[in-house]
Amino acid sequence: MTETLTTPAAGSATGDPARPYLSATGMRGGYGKADILHGCTLNVDKGQIAVIVGPNGAGKSTAMKAVFGMLPLREGRVTLDGQDITTLSPQERVRRGMGFVPQVNNVFPSMSVEENLEMGAFIRRDEIAETMQQVYDLFPILRDKRRQPAGELSGGQRQQVAVGRALMTRPSLLMLDEPTAGVSPIVMDELFDRIIEIARSGISILMVEQNARQALEIADIGYVLVQGTNRFTDSGQALLADPEVRRTFLGG
Amino acid sequence: MDILNAIVAILNFVVIPAAAYGAQLALGALGVTLIYGILRFSNFAHGDTMAFGTAITILVTWALQAAGIGLGPLPTALLALPVGIAATAVLVLLTDRAVYRFYRVQKAAPIILVMASVGVMFVMNGLTRLVIGVNEQQFADGARFVIDVRSFREMTGLAEGLALKTTQLLTVVIAALVVWALFWFLNRTKSGKAMRAYSDNEDLALLSGIDPEKVVRLTWIIAASLATIAGVLYGLDKAFRPFNYFQILLPIFAAAIVGGLGNPLGAIAGGFLVAFSEVAITYPWLKIAGYLAPGWQPEGLLQLLGTEYKFAVSFVILIVVLLFRPTGLFRGKSV
Amino acid sequence: MSSNRQAAAVSPWRAPILFAILALLFVMEGTMRNAMFSGSWNTALGILNMGLISAITAMGVNMQWGYAGLFNVGVVGFLALGGLAPVLIALPPVEGAWSAGGSRLLIALAVGLGTLALAAQAWKRLSSGRGLAVTAILLAGFVLYRWLFDPAATAIEANNPARYGNLGGLGLPVLLSWAVGGLFAAAAAWAVGKVALGLRSDYLAIATLGIGEIIVAMLRNEDWLARGVKNVSSIPRPVPYEIDLQQNPDFVDFAGRWGFAAAEASGIWVKLCYMSLFLVVLLLVILLAELALKSPWGRMMRAIRDNETAAEAMGKDVTARHLQIFVIGSAVIGIAGAMMITLDGLMAPTGYNPLRYTFLIWVMVIVGGSGNNWGAALGAVLIWFLWIKAEVWGPALIGALTAPLPDGALKAHLLDSAAHMRFIAMGLLLLLVLRFAPRGLVPEK
Repeated sequence: MTETLTTPAAGSATGDPARPYLSATGMRGGYGKADILHGCTLNVDKGQIAVIVGPNGAGKSTAMKAVFGMLPLREGRVTLDGQDITTLSPQERVRRGMGFVPQVNNVFPSMSVEENLEMGAFIRRDEIAETMQQVYDLFPILRDKRRQPAGELSGGQRQQVAVGRALMTRPSLLMLDEPTAGVSPIVMDELFDRIIEIARSGISILMVEQNARQALEIADIGYVLVQGTNRFTDSGQALLADPEVRRTFLGG
Repeated sequence: MDILNAIVAILNFVVIPAAAYGAQLALGALGVTLIYGILRFSNFAHGDTMAFGTAITILVTWALQAAGIGLGPLPTALLALPVGIAATAVLVLLTDRAVYRFYRVQKAAPIILVMASVGVMFVMNGLTRLVIGVNEQQFADGARFVIDVRSFREMTGLAEGLALKTTQLLTVVIAALVVWALFWFLNRTKSGKAMRAYSDNEDLALLSGIDPEKVVRLTWIIAASLATIAGVLYGLDKAFRPFNYFQILLPIFAAAIVGGLGNPLGAIAGGFLVAFSEVAITYPWLKIAGYLAPGWQPEGLLQLLGTEYKFAVSFVILIVVLLFRPTGLFRGKSV
Repeated sequence: MSSNRQAAAVSPWRAPILFAILALLFVMEGTMRNAMFSGSWNTALGILNMGLISAITAMGVNMQWGYAGLFNVGVVGFLALGGLAPVLIALPPVEGAWSAGGSRLLIALAVGLGTLALAAQAWKRLSSGRGLAVTAILLAGFVLYRWLFDPAATAIEANNPARYGNLGGLGLPVLLSWAVGGLFAAAAAWAVGKVALGLRSDYLAIATLGIGEIIVAMLRNEDWLARGVKNVSSIPRPVPYEIDLQQNPDFVDFAGRWGFAAAEASGIWVKLCYMSLFLVVLLLVILLAELALKSPWGRMMRAIRDNETAAEAMGKDVTARHLQIFVIGSAVIGIAGAMMITLDGLMAPTGYNPLRYTFLIWVMVIVGGSGNNWGAALGAVLIWFLWIKAEVWGPALIGALTAPLPDGALKAHLLDSAAHMRFIAMGLLLLLVLRFAPRGLVPEK
């Protein structure tokens, strides 16, 4: 059933098959004068889960924002499905198939769950009922709470609304900025399960995580960022097994 | 019988006037609260926007009256209202383009926008003076009463009379229709939901592809319509004097804050709360006490506060809300 | 507000040149008789004196806005409250008013204040049922207050109502009332600030809008206080009366030597006396304000204004500082209000129009240069001059513009409405300065 969460176009890559679906290379930039990113590179293949981890202040969230066009780049290039999107606005990137779930303030608190999902699909002109059913199938609790204002839900439920809202545009790439921040471990496992499920339907996932160990467990590819550059890049399992990564970033 | 008389007197002197006034305040407060919700500032020019819309409506009303066009028992002003709304909408859209948009793009502090709205207030005040002058204008026509005191007495045989002015009934009916239409728009249409979404979370609305300028334009058009309707109803019910529209700003702000700035439902509740408090506190209860406790001969009028201090009622309500619940009764935007 | 703080440096000559131009305008008003100027020193000094009072008012507003970013929309109220002071301090006591109900009235006011204080204490101290207790205290206090107050006020107002009907004053020197006017305004500002500060910035604006309207309504309706709309006239002056000067042979002689008729010279002399007094107050206020700004306290105020969050994080009590500056600024406005009534010699509450006494002051501060005392003073005198002259220039301009039009309803309407043009002009000026030169004519250093 989750097969149809993505757009039909996203199913068949039109770009260079050798190239990753999302490719952000050599990103350099920051807010104001000082750069935060110093040549950061992130690639995600179709249906892959890519996780960015690293110490505080490493520029993880900044890298996400750069990929999404919320931060002007001094250098570097972002391509999606082989097309250069470096200069596009975030809104335009949403139209090209990117979905973004911010870390905080990621729902419309006074609007009902259903309205939140509707707003997620704001740019769509076609029928959205089917996509909404798919989101409800993915997060059944939201179906029960669909008339409730999102602001009244628990933290975990609110994150589900936020992810659901981003899925409403049927993105081919879903970007999550610390989706498990502030939720209980049980809810975190549940959320990760759902994220795996979303990835299996063919949607690429790029996410930043504080809970590095658990996130790398599910990651097809992990990026360890330090001071705005890639320190380690490998599969999640390999990174977990790497003694240096364990010692420096995973606390032994 | 005395109980009946007391009830009729309360209806006549408190409930009916307060309901009409409350409806006018509610419409005004809705405009203020919508602008606050979307543009994030308290619009001090709202009173003068009401005055401008009413002035245009009055001019058109006079033209229609001169041409012999009317609505029979209903005031001709209703026919002129769409023109007033259109003119006011054009004016506020131009204002937004020339003044507010600059600060919005700059992401200026809200207080700068408030300050700019004071400049706009000055200009609009001048425009209204230019269009219609500063004197009191009467423009109500049609049937004056739905029920007048004499026929009510004859009908019921009570000593106490009851009057229901056409404008009072009209105010409540129109306000109810407008509020219904507004809520239908906000809760049922895609554009209305986009407005609420933008008010809730501007950044997320942008991420969802909602065009902020479109939302802002829509907000101004709705606020101009609400302001003109509120202003015309207020003018029909009382009389049109531009300065009164500056003074009504305080009860309107009080209503919007009591209800929670940015919360439309709260603005309506706030409007009626302020209106009923104001009328009840400034009404001399002596007559009603006479019906209910015939033996009691109190000194004075049993008036808690003179009508000249009616604005103090709004102020006290405002202060109490600020002291104890700054987000308002219905939880508006955070402080 | 802080976006343009670090803009390019301004020429040090800018302020002196602007002040020179302003002085030239007044000299032209005093000496040139033509379509634009009256050629009367009496007129010129009259405008200047009101301009100086506006400058002191603007100084108060500038402290609140320029130093702390507080938006006071109730300037008219604080001015009016300050204006009450000359009436209550300088007027001779009204015969029979105190015996009619003076002490009962004072007790009533004390009961009123006591009730509020008691309610506040009850709210703080009680833990359970305090809502009920406070309501009961307030209700009982209100009934007691009205029982005491109403007969007293009625009795005072019945005392020779054609001439007095008010409590009268204490018969003290009128200059003392200027300080008292400041205290009155400060007390009101403290009460409003206590409630509305520390919340969202718009709330103070709305609350001050309310207190402004209420103070003016009070002055209009409380006849026992200052005769309400019946006005109080012949408030004592701190300077000589024209008529006395004209009857003084020495003065007539002195005027003759300068080539002035006694009547004209006496008017000019009185206005010069007022001007000197006002200048002393203005310069004193500027001096104190500048000293305060350069002190650690002033640096802290500016730090708070430029970044409230950072200042708060550094442990500064932002709300308490704001309350302080709000009270001080309002006190300055109150002093100006007392000075204004002293200058007019008349307390006429119907004259307190918010457009003139709140929003025009704001135009002065913004145009002059918010945050800069000299700028605010310059802006105040300049805007006041333009505001007065616009009454003459506006119709002249419209007349010139409409001269080619045929006579008719449109032309007549345009000519009639010229007087309203100055509202539009002032609004546009405010908007233009706010947008294109937000630092004003004389920017903050």
